[in-house]
Formats: sequence, structure tokens, C-alpha cells
Amino acid sequence: MKRKYIGLAYILPWLIGMVFLTLYPFANALVISFTDYNLVRTPGFVGLANYTKLFQDETFINTIVATLKYTVFTVPLQLAFALFIAYILNFKLKGINFFRTAYYVPSLLGGNVAVAVLWRFLFQQDGLINRIIGLAGMEPVSWLSTPGGAMSVIVILKVWQFGSAMLIFLAALKDVPQELYEAASVDGATRFHSFFRITMPLITPTIFFNLVMQLVNAFQEFNGPYLVTGKGPLNATYLTSMYIYDNAFKYFDMGYASAASWVLFTIIVLVTLILFATQDKWVYYSDGGK
Amino acid sequence: MERIKSFSEVEKRRRRRQAASAAARYAVLVVVAVVMIYPIIWLVGATFKTNNEIFTTVSFIPKRIDFTPYIEGWKTRTMYTFTTFFLNTFQIVIPKIVFCLVSSTLVAYGFARFEFPMKKICFALLMATMFLPAVVTRIPLYILWKQFGLLDTYVPLIAPTVFANEPFFVFMLIQFMRSIPTALDEAATIDGCNSFQVLTKILLPALKPALISCTIFQFVWSFNDFLGPLIYVTSLEKYPVSLALKMSIDQSSGIVEWNQILAMSFLALLPALILFFSAQKYFVEGVTSTGVKG
Repeated sequence: MKRKYIGLAYILPWLIGMVFLTLYPFANALVISFTDYNLVRTPGFVGLANYTKLFQDETFINTIVATLKYTVFTVPLQLAFALFIAYILNFKLKGINFFRTAYYVPSLLGGNVAVAVLWRFLFQQDGLINRIIGLAGMEPVSWLSTPGGAMSVIVILKVWQFGSAMLIFLAALKDVPQELYEAASVDGATRFHSFFRITMPLITPTIFFNLVMQLVNAFQEFNGPYLVTGKGPLNATYLTSMYIYDNAFKYFDMGYASAASWVLFTIIVLVTLILFATQDKWVYYSDGGK
Repeated sequence: MERIKSFSEVEKRRRRRQAASAAARYAVLVVVAVVMIYPIIWLVGATFKTNNEIFTTVSFIPKRIDFTPYIEGWKTRTMYTFTTFFLNTFQIVIPKIVFCLVSSTLVAYGFARFEFPMKKICFALLMATMFLPAVVTRIPLYILWKQFGLLDTYVPLIAPTVFANEPFFVFMLIQFMRSIPTALDEAATIDGCNSFQVLTKILLPALKPALISCTIFQFVWSFNDFLGPLIYVTSLEKYPVSLALKMSIDQSSGIVEWNQILAMSFLALLPALILFFSAQKYFVEGVTSTGVKG
């Protein structure tokens, strides 16, 4: 009889944290978004004013567009790279461990400010990248001073960190039964065919998982643009999370910032839900989906 | 005879084709590895270069080894040196690791080994928070810590680990505990161990690899954390390395001493790199067992 409560006792710390550090703030953000709270004045109820203001706020809409662009570029590129490299690493080649390590290092260091510093330096007008481009006999690119260039810089920074997605793919690829490939090759299937007809369908659950994870992260990206390009030319790299940060922690307009965070949250949830709804169409669970 | 000969011809051709495709794969792997790692190797070289050399050469090898960028960079342009900033970082990172290990192990034990009311809902919540965008809770949490008068302290950064508020670690440990057979637990219980003794005497030794993974990930993530300190830490003497580095690129009005900034950047990357290379296999296991970011 007691055993029932022993389990609860062990998860108690988590339960407390869940209520006070997750659920309460989560709900509170919604409440604050209906007020004009600015940390000084007693918060007054303003109804939907923050939301109507947001949808007329050109800067905010711009940040949403920039965030969508950023997500649409980074997520597929990163996943494609991760899968491609994992596929090659999955062949039994000598020295695989070395390469696996090398590809993981950027993921490990990616969040560090030092990498952002390095990036900012590499992509300067007279930085290393432009010098290498120059050696190849091409015109230098204005990475940081054009909207497209600035966006590319932060996209490249993120795609560069494909290592953790790659490791997850690699684990999934190892689980694909070898006999399937052998059977296919006896039937005359080419590598190309076996990849798209056998490998891809079998690892769709992993692709799905990586996709959701990367999307949720990309929508909230902060460090890369904040540290490397800032708002960028014409606010090209001014992402929504930065806009929320500026409103909350620079102008202390907590109500407005909370409303913006709820809009961003809603977009993330909607995109995730749409993905889950399409799951039946393309994700294949070998155990019939538990 | 004829047959055998033609058979070996086929075999030869097959081998040749295999060798060619292996070579192609290596070529791809090497090119990608060079592109990926070159920036970091170049960074290491650049820390020994003069500012002028940084902007004129593509090679990573410095003309001479000069530690001046390190010495000058360490001093910073403020009244504090990087000694302070590194110590501050460790004052955040070490408690986070300790609390995270203790709380996550207890919570994971509860989930992995016990049945209790509403367990399914709790577990679903745990999983959901793994995907919950942190951006929504950031502002209310800031207000909460402000009301407690704990802004500009490390408490807001450390407190979540006390409450196992990072589902990644709990989930990883649950997965790991589930793979440990319950037979030993039961034997120990019959021998008179209480549930806590079962955890410390039976499970903990088996959990060691998973706990090492947790330590490493918590170390790297906390060490790299930028947004947390940016929001909560405001006075310079409390800055961790991440904020100090950011400050050094902002401050550089006039002549930018890139070599010093890069030298300090390299030092900021060093702890994670050392840890990674000495405990690689735990990283790989950690990422693949939970399938979460890294």
C-alpha cells in the first residue's frame, strides 16, 4: 500500500519544479500578455490591446517572417546533411570513429559565445571566408552588410552544427536489418533504390523526431543572430526571440513581450500539430505505431 | 575452367567497384571534415598571430608562437581578469552538475521503478516539457525571481536543477534504469533493503555511465549558456566567461584586438573540448540513447 506513495515521494522535486517553474510561469505569461505590466507600475488589464498592437507592428511581423525564413532554410538543410553523412558513416569503413568525432565537435561547441565570435570574424569583409573565395578567383561576398548575406551567415552557423542530428540518424541506420539490403540487391536494386525504398521508410520515425526537435529549436533561435549579425541590415536577422528579449529586458514592456511570446508559442504548436497530423501519411512505425 | 575464369572476372570487377566507392566515400568524409573543422583549427592558429597577420593569411600556421594575445586578453580592459570570469562560471556550473545529478536520479528512479497515482499524466507532462518552448516561460520566471529579490545572483540559473527541471536528464536516466533488470532490486528488497538503499546500493553502480553522460552534458551546456546569464546577471564582477566574451567584442571600439579576443575564445572552448575528447563515448551514448539534442 505504501509503495504507491514512495514513487510520488521520489518524483516530488520534479513535481514542485513542474508546478512553480514550468506550469505557473507558462500560464502567467498568458495573464501578463493581457496587461500593461512594466515592472514598475501596478499592472492594469488591457484586454487584447497587446495582441492587436502586435498584428499592426511591422517590426514584429518582420521578425516572424525572418524567423520563418531562418527555419525553412536551416531545418531541411541540417537534416539532409545529417542524414547524408550518417548514411556514409554507416558503411563499415576504417577510421569512422575519427570522422564521427570531427562532425560532432561543432554541435558541442556551437552554443558557445566563442563560436559566435569566430563566426563574426570569419565572415567579415576581409575575413577568412572572403580571402578563400578570393583565392578561388571570385568576388568577395558582403556577408554581413546585405540582408541575404547576413541570413546566410546565421543559417550556415546552424547547419554547421548538424552533428547531434547525425548521431541520432546513425543509431537509427544501424537498426535497419542488413538482410533487407541483401535481398534487395539480389532482386537487382541499385544503392539509390535501396536507400529511397528501404532505408528512408524505415527511419521515418527518426526523421520525424529530428524534424520536430529542430523546428522547435529553430523557431526560438537567439544566440546565433544576437551574437553574430545582430538585427542585421534591414532587420534581416532580427528574429522573434530577439524581439521578445528586447521588449522584455531592454524596454521592460513585459505585457507586450509576453503577448509576442504567446504568438510565437502558438505558431510553434500549430506547426508541430500539423506535422503530427501528417504523420500517418509518411511516418512508418514497424510495430504498427504504439 | 572457362566458368571459373569468368567467375573470378566478375569477382574482380565487383571488388574494383567496391574499392572505388569506398574511395569516393572517404573523399566526401575528408572534404566535409576539413570544411567543418578548419574554422576551429584556424582559430587556434590565429591566437598566436599578430593582428596584422590574422587579416592577411589564409594558413592556420602562425609565423611564430607568441603568447602575448593570451596574456593581454586575459587582463581584459576592465578591472577584472578572466580569472574572475572563469571562477564565476565554475560557481554556476559545479552546483548545477551536483544538483542535477541528485535530483534527476531520484526523479528517474520514481518514474522507472514505482507505480503511483497519475503516473501516466506525470510522464506525459515530463515528455511534453522536453518540447515546450522555453521562450514562453522566460518572462514570468524573470518576474518571479525579481519578486524573490534574487536578480543578479546565480540562484535563478541554478534553482531549476534542484527541481530536476531539465527533462532531458530525467528522461535519459529513466531510459537507462529501465534497461537494468529488476531481479536485483527484488533480491535486495527481500534482504531487507529499503527503497533508498536499493537505489544507492544496486542501481547507482550500474548507472555510472549514464551519470557520467549527464555530468558532461550539463557541464558543456551550462558552460556555454549565454542567454541565462544575459538575463539574470548584471554586475560585471559576477559575469561568467560567456558574458565576458560578449563584452569584449562589444567594447572593441577603435582598434579591435582580434587576436586577444580569439585567444580568449579558444580558452572558453577548451574545457568542453578536453572533456569531450577524454569522454567521447559517453557523449555519443547520451545523444543516441535519448535522441535529444547535443
